[in-house]
Amino acid sequence: MLKRIRPEKENRIPNPAGAAVRIADAAYPAPFASELEFNAPVHESWNIVHIGMQIPQAHQIYVCADNCMRGVVLTAAEMNAIDRFSSVVLEEKDLYEGNLEDITIEGISDCIRKLPARPPVVLVFLVCLHHFVGTDTGRVYRELEARFPDIQFIRAWMDPIMQKTGLTPDQKLRKAVLDPFYKGEDSESRNVSLLCDNFPLEASSDLYQLITGNGYQLRQVQDCKTYQEFLDLQDSCLVMTRSFMAEYGVRRMVQRLKRRYLYLPPAMSYEEITEELACVCRSLGMEMPDVSGRAAACEEALARALDVIGSTPISIDNMGVPRPLGLARLLISHGFHVTCVYLDAVNEEEREDFLWLRQHQPNLVLAATMQVKMRFLHGENRPDLLLGAPGGKHQELLKPLAIGPKAAWFADTAYFVNLVEMNGMWGFDAIIRLADMMIDAYLHEKDTRDIVPRKGFGCGSCI
Amino acid sequence: MRQAYRILPVYTGDISGAASALFELGGMTVIHDPSGCNSTYNTHDELRWYDRDSLIFITGLRDVDAIMGNDDKLIHDVLQAAEEFRPAFISLTNSPVPWMNGTDFEGIASVIEERTGIPVFYVPSNGMHDYVRGAGLAFERLADRLVTDPGVKQEKPVMCRGRVNVLGVTPLDFTLQAYVDDLSARLTDAGWEINSLWAMGESLDRIKNAAGADLNLIVSSTGMKAAALLNRRFGIPWTAGCPVDGFEEKLFEAMDRTMADSVSRVAYLAADKDGSIRESLRSAGAGRTVSKDIQKTAGDRMTLIGEPVTMGSLGAAIREKYGIETRVVCPTEDCQGLTGPGDVITRGEEEVLQALRDDKLVLADPMYEYVCPADCRLIRLSHLAFSGRTYRKEFRNLLTASHIGSANV
Repeated sequence: MLKRIRPEKENRIPNPAGAAVRIADAAYPAPFASELEFNAPVHESWNIVHIGMQIPQAHQIYVCADNCMRGVVLTAAEMNAIDRFSSVVLEEKDLYEGNLEDITIEGISDCIRKLPARPPVVLVFLVCLHHFVGTDTGRVYRELEARFPDIQFIRAWMDPIMQKTGLTPDQKLRKAVLDPFYKGEDSESRNVSLLCDNFPLEASSDLYQLITGNGYQLRQVQDCKTYQEFLDLQDSCLVMTRSFMAEYGVRRMVQRLKRRYLYLPPAMSYEEITEELACVCRSLGMEMPDVSGRAAACEEALARALDVIGSTPISIDNMGVPRPLGLARLLISHGFHVTCVYLDAVNEEEREDFLWLRQHQPNLVLAATMQVKMRFLHGENRPDLLLGAPGGKHQELLKPLAIGPKAAWFADTAYFVNLVEMNGMWGFDAIIRLADMMIDAYLHEKDTRDIVPRKGFGCGSCI
Repeated sequence: MRQAYRILPVYTGDISGAASALFELGGMTVIHDPSGCNSTYNTHDELRWYDRDSLIFITGLRDVDAIMGNDDKLIHDVLQAAEEFRPAFISLTNSPVPWMNGTDFEGIASVIEERTGIPVFYVPSNGMHDYVRGAGLAFERLADRLVTDPGVKQEKPVMCRGRVNVLGVTPLDFTLQAYVDDLSARLTDAGWEINSLWAMGESLDRIKNAAGADLNLIVSSTGMKAAALLNRRFGIPWTAGCPVDGFEEKLFEAMDRTMADSVSRVAYLAADKDGSIRESLRSAGAGRTVSKDIQKTAGDRMTLIGEPVTMGSLGAAIREKYGIETRVVCPTEDCQGLTGPGDVITRGEEEVLQALRDDKLVLADPMYEYVCPADCRLIRLSHLAFSGRTYRKEFRNLLTASHIGSANV
């Protein structure tokens, strides 16, 4: 089992203060201070390499220093896509000599010339250093476009130094891939495009059923085999996205091109789901269907799950579920015993859920995932046990159920729902399916040690 | 263009190298970086992260703090964590942006040390070098700051061949603790006493007492800088070489000679330079069961790609076992003095391609298959510092890798 290496004086459990807090005492929207950061050995979330690989026929080229390069190139390798990845490695002299533009242009050009076939689209990722030396990115792309007029260059960034005061590289990428969209009118076709979501919307979801059931075709990047097919996604009468991280980029595109657009996050309440479906109906001029049966089906599914899972302590993370507080609220209001939610900040979309939980379950524990004490606050030392979350110490005797891979690692449990970003599940269908997944997770062990360190859930992994 | 890589990955970076070197010693390593360095390190370069707790953190550097030179936040955050964990030491490592800004890490280290009473040292990485540089600097700093002067050295025990510090042991080259245990056993079985092992399965206290050794054994080039410093500080000579199957006795003989004459040497190169060992290896090889398949495939030569001490030792063992020429293509940094006349130092994918263009038989990480000539046969030896965990199912003990029977070729 686990072997703890701790300094001599540290053979103790850290006080969880600062790393975990009862929701009743938690600040909104930032329950935890910004300090040194720990990184848990859980890597199933998608990074910019995974996201970029979704663009069909795209080749990615990163221009950065060794240590930064290592993570992205091996991401590509582990997902069996290293042949779609090239790199230009920066050295000190490139910064001393003030010729970062030249190195960037020549390096990218050299990579492209060495490729066995010319890709129609290249995603170029510049980095923090390019910002800090004031690189003339306009010149870089003008030159590349002149040299390779047959290639569409996507202007992406891997600049995490900016992400706490601005957009994340993920958000910038999802905007950048839509920059080549140019059609300024909604199509008269009956195509609806769902853009920039990592996971496809499945045919069983209420949204899919609503759209296709009214004679529309729902198209997603996951359906595209060529870059041209990806570009053809702009031929639609309505653009939608479900991802919070994509919302900025899609909104910028529709503002630029004056297109109709809906942001439909994966809500966890019947009311919000119903309202989102109603929005779609209004946008497409359709009649709103009766969804009372769907809500009843959710109730049945949750009741079935509660019968099996009972008072088992449940923890949830924000890697698995975009609306972790919404899910906690849903489960608690149906009698489940949610003890801990792992997140580093509260998304503004969850403000109401935060307030509801504070009132109805004040002892629910919010735990950081990056705060340094979390290096030790896992397994038998997990925060909900130390802080006396609802259920008290008897929880130690129960096998915890986790929803999401980070929660599984922190709770040190083999019983977990392995999902990232809800695996693309949406609506009433998501609640029904998640309830079934919880039952399955409760009944069947998983090999947590093998599963959660793998990168990019659903992207393929050779390890 | 040398800096352009069509398909190969880069080796583990210097920041990860430093973290790997110090992982088990009870210190706290703080990487002054916005994001990603810790994730990259613990995902691809650190097999121990899941099962063992270690205090390795990033600062989460923001653009405004970098631009405004807000070192106070770094100091405050380190002090706060130090107060909580009371680590045995604190190491600060740099990354590209604060390096470019000229952040005064030596000064920051002094401030933190003064306020905490904990030894604090700066590992001058910048994210633009490989793990050999980073781990090498970390071991050097350890030797500089934490190894204490024993005053009068104790006499070597009579039954012992010599007391040895084994330098340059990280998972990046040796992968698993079980393989390191094998390395230790080879030395102790041959009569050497391990004074300290830098740094897997070892305590900080034993490392602090490294000055009590008679000899430093450099088993990978990450140990070179520390060996040089311990030589300067305490006059301890070193031998470079790794006790792989088939090279152990020659290495131990070289260590005996270093003990006797206090002249530091590279064991596998010494064998080449005076010719005697090379000849003896050849004749020994010729008298043994030499794989005709290997000879036929290799022609005149087998090329090994990787870190020079491990590959050089492996090459020496293969020469003896199979009677064929070997050479090392060395894509890692800081290998000066650790390669021989026939070896090639490369920088970047293009130079590796050039170096391999006439090769027929190569022993290297499986990822080098992408740049081997079409008619070249590759013997796969997964290297964590190159392909990370991509080929984790193929991890094997480097020390036994000289048994490359024809079935593997």
